[in-house]
Amino acid sequence: MMKIPSLKKPRFDFWFFVKGIVILSMLFFLVYPFSTLITRSFFSKNTDGVTLENYATFFSKKYYLDALKNTLYISFLASFACLLVGAPMAYLMTRYNIFGKKIIYVCIILALMSPPFIGAYSWILLFGRAGFITRLFAGIGIKAPTIYGPGGIILVFTLHLFPYVYLYVAGALSSIDSSLEEAGENLGSSKLRRLFTVTLPVVMPSLLAGTVMVFMTSLADFGTPMLLGEGKTRVLSVLVYDAYMSEIGGNANMASTLSVIVVTCSLSILLLQKYYVARKNYAMTSLRPPKVVELKGWKRFLVTLPVALVALLGLLPQLTVVISSFIQTDFTGFIGGFTLDNYQKILSRLATNITNTYYFSAVAIVFIVIFGMLISYILVRKRGKIASIMDLLVMFPYVIPGSVLGVCLIVAFNRKPVVLTGTAAIMIISYVVRKLPYTVRSGSAFLYQMDVSVEEASISLGVSPMKTFFTVVARLMLPGVLSGAILSWITCINELSSSIMLYSGNTSTISVAIYQEVMRMSDGTAAALASILTLTTVASMLIFLRFSKGKTSVI
Amino acid sequence: MQSHDVGIRDAVKTYGDFMAVAGITLDIKKGEFFTLLGPSGCGKTTLLRMIAGFNTIDKGTISFGDEVINDVPAHKRGIGMVFQNYAIFPHLSVFDNVAYGLKARRVPSRDIGPRVRNALEMVQIAELASRMPNELSGGQQQRVALARAFVIEPSVLLMDEPLSNLDAKLRVQMRTTIKKLQRRLGITTIYVTHDQEEALSISDRIAVMKDGLIMQVGEPTQIYKKPENAFVAGFIGVSNFLDCDITGQDPRQASLTVEGYTLYNIPLSRPYSGKGKIAARPEYLSLKDEGIKGRIELSTFLGDFIEYEILLESGQSIQLNEYTKDALAIKPDGLDVHVAMDAASIIIYGKDGEVLT
Repeated sequence: MMKIPSLKKPRFDFWFFVKGIVILSMLFFLVYPFSTLITRSFFSKNTDGVTLENYATFFSKKYYLDALKNTLYISFLASFACLLVGAPMAYLMTRYNIFGKKIIYVCIILALMSPPFIGAYSWILLFGRAGFITRLFAGIGIKAPTIYGPGGIILVFTLHLFPYVYLYVAGALSSIDSSLEEAGENLGSSKLRRLFTVTLPVVMPSLLAGTVMVFMTSLADFGTPMLLGEGKTRVLSVLVYDAYMSEIGGNANMASTLSVIVVTCSLSILLLQKYYVARKNYAMTSLRPPKVVELKGWKRFLVTLPVALVALLGLLPQLTVVISSFIQTDFTGFIGGFTLDNYQKILSRLATNITNTYYFSAVAIVFIVIFGMLISYILVRKRGKIASIMDLLVMFPYVIPGSVLGVCLIVAFNRKPVVLTGTAAIMIISYVVRKLPYTVRSGSAFLYQMDVSVEEASISLGVSPMKTFFTVVARLMLPGVLSGAILSWITCINELSSSIMLYSGNTSTISVAIYQEVMRMSDGTAAALASILTLTTVASMLIFLRFSKGKTSVI
Repeated sequence: MQSHDVGIRDAVKTYGDFMAVAGITLDIKKGEFFTLLGPSGCGKTTLLRMIAGFNTIDKGTISFGDEVINDVPAHKRGIGMVFQNYAIFPHLSVFDNVAYGLKARRVPSRDIGPRVRNALEMVQIAELASRMPNELSGGQQQRVALARAFVIEPSVLLMDEPLSNLDAKLRVQMRTTIKKLQRRLGITTIYVTHDQEEALSISDRIAVMKDGLIMQVGEPTQIYKKPENAFVAGFIGVSNFLDCDITGQDPRQASLTVEGYTLYNIPLSRPYSGKGKIAARPEYLSLKDEGIKGRIELSTFLGDFIEYEILLESGQSIQLNEYTKDALAIKPDGLDVHVAMDAASIIIYGKDGEVLT
């Protein structure tokens, strides 16, 4: 008689432990800091116990309400401007034989990947009070338009972020089946009418997704409004920083309150978009990709001109910074003449910042790649309650701006039992938490299209599931994950908004140093530092483009 | 590894309220080529994956030889598996794909080379050893998958619709390769397919499945000639089903009236009188001077045989095949004919679908 084995018992296998470690890390580095932040926002040094005082202050003082108004105003206008620039560009690029399409594409990607505060800084170099162009105009007696204030901030955001709209819309436009538009044509609608009644509604979800990305990024950005706002145009992310700085040594209560409000704003925009997309989702199977119109002569030139112009304008900051880093300076600013002084200065004085930047980012990338692969595997292949909790948690940092994450980590880890403030670890943790979602998303996308039977084949041949993961799954995921990791690397080395909250004397980075040098009017060294970042970014980007061969999306 | 017999006892697999495998008991003999055949959703793949260890067994047991393997993880079951979509490791060469399982088993490296080459020769792709998978055709990939599965000398070889992604000609070719290979190696093989022709041609025995249950187990000829119920008769090959009246107090010489035509002296397995049904395959029907009255609706010449669609007086249409070599000429459409049937080859069912032959 055969023994009937007992039914299901819990399995303490490899994935059980991975799930445990991942969930615990998420609780410790994400849930715990964020819930501390929320708790903090309900405390005040003036009163005992839980209070709404901070929120009352926020909604009663003009200082805060103006900042909220500025933030929303700037983010809305920047989103709208990106829409106006990005969508037509996407249409022209996908439907016409534009000259130098590939080069223009690379320029657009570079504009997005370059850090926004370097953009802001170089516009100051051009149009600032002592800017090249301001002085040029002043020489012939014309007052150049100012770059400071909301207008400047919106301009910088637009030139930096329009690629989001461009990339989303271009993706949607090239996946429309051409028969759909032809059907519109057969039904006798005019070209323009077709654009608005057929093409536009179909790309609407992508258009919206791109615009929401712009909105959330500009809402979260710290460097640009800090440099161009000059303390007069205040936005919430800057207030978070200011409040934290004025509360140093205190409990960061007001900074926490402001953080909660910022997250509420970006979360509600994201949910609004999700709600809209969930209601209008067009499943598209592109059997025949749309035709590219072959223009000739001056018409082709005419279509290329605006596209190339915007792409160049997006790249202008990077060129400005690199060129000006080789110009001599004194306390009044740039005085002309070629020099390498700026580089000598930063190498002698700020070498630690440079090594820190690369070191922190490299360590963060290693964690991002390992955790990213493990988490995406659990999300796709080990579905269940734990996986859905993980899914929710891992995507949460999307809506947390860098400065808010900075406050979160500080309020959580500046007291016993775990003190991490001032360490390299806290910098690295902030990078990992913020960039992990991107790797998880690209990893999951890969796993969804990878056939499960390849894993099962390995297991059936006698290789344990754990070993199968490392020798087959991870091996196959690696190219995609690594090209995604290059993108994360770029954003890590350029990271400012959380670094500026978390750095201490010996954990400062290049971006923090640039910010400080600009504040000290030390333009030459700032430009040299920015050039180092820009060149690393460009080099990494080119490696990415070569490596991914267009298979990994930049967004 | 020694090949095993496989015992399945009351195996059950449920997904929520849905019973994918609803209590199956089967004994698969050592060295046998056994096929699970059925329409999609019948539970055949679920059962195969329970044997492989990719699906848990909710109730019942599965054993290899004397050992119950319910709690043995998939990678320790010593099976070889061939998948529908080949599941070749895309990052490994043909040689390394086949060597993969041997390396996992820590076979000495001096033995791996000869064994891999031998396996590749058996599936006739020895010359492709250094190629990468993306340089192979579908048929070649499936040969690699086959070599990879049997090179480890599994105790049981499992195949999940291995030919369904190949074109018709290749399918027949591979079918022969698989059959010869299995005979030669003598590995117990469990094969899943929805293609009845494939099942009939390749198997030692077949289990026809429907709704998570087994409808009939038997050798291909048994299944074809003596389907135990209407489902099997309808699923395997083409059958014409006709209502009939049975008078058979004496089961040795019952009479059967179909569409107004009566056959006498039909043997039944037990006494039965009343309504019933017969199943008759097109090739067991013939055009004679007497029989059921009908008219040719459409005749189609198919080379080996002529297929007639015949409209009976009751309004039902049936299919009748006549071998070309036996036919004098193709009969024209619209001709009135008489359909006769070979009493020994028809299957008679009672009103509840029970077999009376």
